[in-house]
Amino acid sequence: MMPHDETMILETPFHSRCLALCEINLWEDWKGYRSAAAYTSVEQEYFAVRSNTGVFDISPMIKYRFTGPDAGAYLNRLVTRDISKIAVDRVAYTVWCDDNGQVMDDGTIFHLAENDYRLCAYARCLDWLMWSAEGFDVTIVDETADVAALAVQGPTSCAVFKDMGFDGIEHLKPFGIARYPFKGAEVMISRTGFTGDLGYEIWIDPTFAEPFWDDLFAAGKLRGIRAIGSAALDMLRTETGFLQAGIDFIPAEEAIRTGRSRSPFELGLGWLVSFDKPVFNGRKALLKEKQEGSRYAFVYLDVEGNKPAEHAFIYSGSKEVGTVTTAAWCPTAKTNVAFAQVDAQYGKVGQKLVAEIYYERELKWTRVMAKCTVIEGAVFNPPRKRQTPAPDF
Amino acid sequence: MINVDKHYDVIVVGGGHNGLVCATYLAKDGRNVLVLEANDALGGASATAEFSDQFSVSSCAHWLFQLNPKVASELDLTKHGLALAAENLCTIALAEDGNHLTIDGDKLEGENISEEDRKAFVAFNHQISKFCKVLAAAFNRRAPKLVEGNFTDRITLAKLGFGMKMLGKEDMSDLMRLALINIYDVMEENFENDLLKGAISLDSLLGSHMGPRSPNTVYGYIYRRMGAIFGFQGPAVVQGGMGAVGKAMAAAAAASGVDIEVDAAVSKINIDVDRATGVTLRDGRVVNASLVVSNADPKTTFNNLVGLSNIETGVARRVKTMRMKGDTAKLHIALDGLPNFTGLTEQQMGQRLVIAPTMNYVENAFNPSKYGEYSTEPAMDISIPSIHDTNLAPSGKHVMSVIVQYAPYDLTGGWTEENKGAFTELVIDRLADFAPDLKDKIVASELLTPVDIEQRFHIHGGHWHHGEISLDQILMMRPFPGASQYGTAVGGLYLCGAGNHPGGGVMGLAGHNAAKEIIKRGTSA
Repeated sequence: MMPHDETMILETPFHSRCLALCEINLWEDWKGYRSAAAYTSVEQEYFAVRSNTGVFDISPMIKYRFTGPDAGAYLNRLVTRDISKIAVDRVAYTVWCDDNGQVMDDGTIFHLAENDYRLCAYARCLDWLMWSAEGFDVTIVDETADVAALAVQGPTSCAVFKDMGFDGIEHLKPFGIARYPFKGAEVMISRTGFTGDLGYEIWIDPTFAEPFWDDLFAAGKLRGIRAIGSAALDMLRTETGFLQAGIDFIPAEEAIRTGRSRSPFELGLGWLVSFDKPVFNGRKALLKEKQEGSRYAFVYLDVEGNKPAEHAFIYSGSKEVGTVTTAAWCPTAKTNVAFAQVDAQYGKVGQKLVAEIYYERELKWTRVMAKCTVIEGAVFNPPRKRQTPAPDF
Repeated sequence: MINVDKHYDVIVVGGGHNGLVCATYLAKDGRNVLVLEANDALGGASATAEFSDQFSVSSCAHWLFQLNPKVASELDLTKHGLALAAENLCTIALAEDGNHLTIDGDKLEGENISEEDRKAFVAFNHQISKFCKVLAAAFNRRAPKLVEGNFTDRITLAKLGFGMKMLGKEDMSDLMRLALINIYDVMEENFENDLLKGAISLDSLLGSHMGPRSPNTVYGYIYRRMGAIFGFQGPAVVQGGMGAVGKAMAAAAAASGVDIEVDAAVSKINIDVDRATGVTLRDGRVVNASLVVSNADPKTTFNNLVGLSNIETGVARRVKTMRMKGDTAKLHIALDGLPNFTGLTEQQMGQRLVIAPTMNYVENAFNPSKYGEYSTEPAMDISIPSIHDTNLAPSGKHVMSVIVQYAPYDLTGGWTEENKGAFTELVIDRLADFAPDLKDKIVASELLTPVDIEQRFHIHGGHWHHGEISLDQILMMRPFPGASQYGTAVGGLYLCGAGNHPGGGVMGLAGHNAAKEIIKRGTSA
C-alpha cells in the first residue's frame, strides 16, 4: 500500500479486482480509500445480495486492535455494552459515548482471543482511544491497512463458502467467528454484516487478498456472485434498519453545534447500554437521561406511497416534530421506509405522523404530505439471517 | 484514632491544613468525621521537621502570610496554640554589593531609589490591593459555574462583575490588560529599580514553573498579595515552625469531635460503580463512610486513589493535562552561629531575604529548568526563623530555610545523590556571595527537591500549590472544568485541597469552601 503522502487516495488490497469489475467507474472516497459506489447498476447489485451473493470490499473500515491484560476492562469502560459477556470468537455490535453520554460512533467488537480484541469503527478515533487508555495496561494498534476484508452477503453465501472448502461454515452462528486455512495463510470468517441477510465477513492478510477474491468469485460463479458498491449497500441497510454514522447521527466529536449529537437512547439503541457493569464513558449522563427522559426518539417509519421521504420534515398535525435522516423504497420488503429523528413523545410504535416529501419529475416539483406510521424496526428480517445451520440456496 | 464502633459520615483523606479545616467545619455541622493522615504529623505542607540533631525547620511552606482570618477565628486557632514569633516582616532584596533594598509595606528603603519609584510603588500597591478586594469576593465561596443559572453562582458572578465595575474605567481596563500580560512588562511599565522589579517578579512566580516573562505571573502576584486582604502586612514566622499551624488545626478538629489517625496511609478510595463508599488503608483495613473528601491533590486523588480506569475518559484526560510540575526546591541549613550577610544587621537578617537582583537574573534562572536542568544561579527566598524562635535550634545556633527557584521535578538524569549534592553546593556558593562566612557555620544541610517534596508530602510533581495557579486553572477551571465545585465525577467524593478554588498557600479557604459546599448539598451530597 502506498503511504498517504504519495497519493491523494489509497487503494484497497482488492483494488485490482474491483477495478476490473467496475464497469461504470463510479468511485467514491471512503476514509481515504477509493471505494466503488456502484459497479454496474445499483438495482442489480442490491438484488444480488437479496437473491444470490454480493461482495462488498470493506477493507477501508477503520480497525483497531487491543491487546494486553486490561484489554477487556479497557473496552468495557470505552463502550456502553457489557464486554465481559462477549465470549472468545464472538462479535458484538455496540456504540461508544463521550462523558456526556453522546454517541461518538458505532461499530463491532471482535473477541479474537483471550485479551485480544478488534474494534471496527466508522470514524478514526485513535486520539480518544489513547486518552481512554490512561490507567489501563493495553496496547492499541490501528490495523486498518493491515487487514483486508470483504463482506460476502446473501442467501447463497454459505453455499459459496462450502464450495471453497470451508467445511462446517454452515454451523457458524450469527456473530460467531471461525478460522480456515487458505493457501498457507488463515482466513477469519465472521457471521456478521450490514445487510440483514444471511452473510459473512472475511478478514485476511492483504497479501492473500487477490487470490482469495479470485477463488471466491470462481466458486460463486454459478451462484450469481457479484461485486456490490456502497449505493446498493445503503438500500440494504435501510431495509434492515441499520443506522449509518454520519448520516443517521453526527458523531459527538464531529458535532460543532451544541445539541446536534445524540445519546444511544435517542437513536433507539438503548438496548446496547448496560448499567450492570463497572463505570463506562457516559454512564452518569445516560443514567440521568434514563431517569429524566430523552430529548429525541429515533423512529422507523412506514411511509404511505412510493416516494422516498428523503430529507422530509415530519409533522404531527400541523406541528413540526422531526426530520428524516434516511429514506428508501425497499424493493424486497415492498415498503417505503424512512428513519427519522423526532421529539421524544412522538416515538411510540403506532404513532401516526405526516412526512412532507418533495420530489421532482422533469423540473416539476411536487409536494406530498404522506401519512406515516412508526413501526417496530426492520421491514426485512428473514429467518435465514439467524438460522443455524445456515440454509443452502 | 479510628473508632471501629462509629459509622463515619465523612472520611477526609489527608490531614493537611485544608483537610483539617474541612473536617472541623463538617464536625461542627454535626457529622462524624475521620481524618486519615499518611505521615506522623498533621498539617501537610504546613510542617515542621527536625532535619539534623536538634535543628528543626518549616520543611515546606516557611512563611505564614495568607491564613484566612475567618477560618483562623472560627477554628479558634489562637486558643488551640497558634502563636506568631514575628509578623509583618519586611522583604529585603539583597544586592551583592550590600546596597540592599528594603520593602516595608508601601515604603522603600535603600540607596539609589528614585522619588518616581517611591511614588509609583505606593500607587502600584494601591491598585493591586483594589484588584485583591475584587477577587476576595470570590475567594471564600465556591467558584461559580458559568453555564448553569444557579442563584448562588449568579451572586458570586455578580459580585465579581460589580467589583470590577466599581474599580472604575481605568482600573478595570488595567485589570483586564494586566491579568493577561506578564509581570516583567508590568514592572517595566512602573519602576526603574532593578532590585524592586526583581523582588516583585519573584513574588509573582514562587512555587510555579514560570519566569517573569511567563503569562499568568501577574495573577500569581495578585494571588500572593491576597494576604494583605487577610490582614498580613508582610510574612509572619510561626512559633514552632509551620507545623504549629497543623497542630493548632488538629487541636481544633479534635475539639470539634473529629477522629484523627496519623501513620494511616490510604491506598485506595473504594468505589461501588460510581459512588465512593470509603477507603482502604495501606495496612488493609477498610473504613466505610457516606462521603469521602480528598485533601490529596487532584492528580494523586484520581491517578492513585481512585484510579483513572474508574472514571470516564473525559475526566481522565482533564486529570492528565492538568499542569502541576514542581520547579521549586527547599534547602535547610543548620548553622553553628548566625552568618554575616554583607550590609545586614541581625534584626534585618530576621526579615524575609530574597535573591532576585534583576528580572533577567530570575528569567535566566528559569531558562535551564525548561529543558530539565536546574538553575546555576538560582533565585531564592530566605528565612532564618531561629532569630525569632529560639526553640528551633540549640542555644546560639540557627537554622536557615531557603526556597530555591528553579529545580525541575523531571531533572535530566534524575535527582540522584550526586545531582542533589552538586545543586546544594551551588546554592550554598550563591548564598555565600551574600554571606561570605556562611560556609564556616554550616553544621548540616538538607535539600528537598520536588521529587522529595512529592514523596514526603504526597504531592504529585512536588508542586506546592497542588497545580499551577494560572488563569486556565483558577476559579471554575480549578482543578479542571467539570470538577470545579469541590464535587467530582464520582458520587460522594469531594476534593478539599489546594488544587481547588481558590488555590494553594496556607490559607485554609479550599477546605473551608469544600465543607460549606458539602453542608449546603446536605443529603444530596
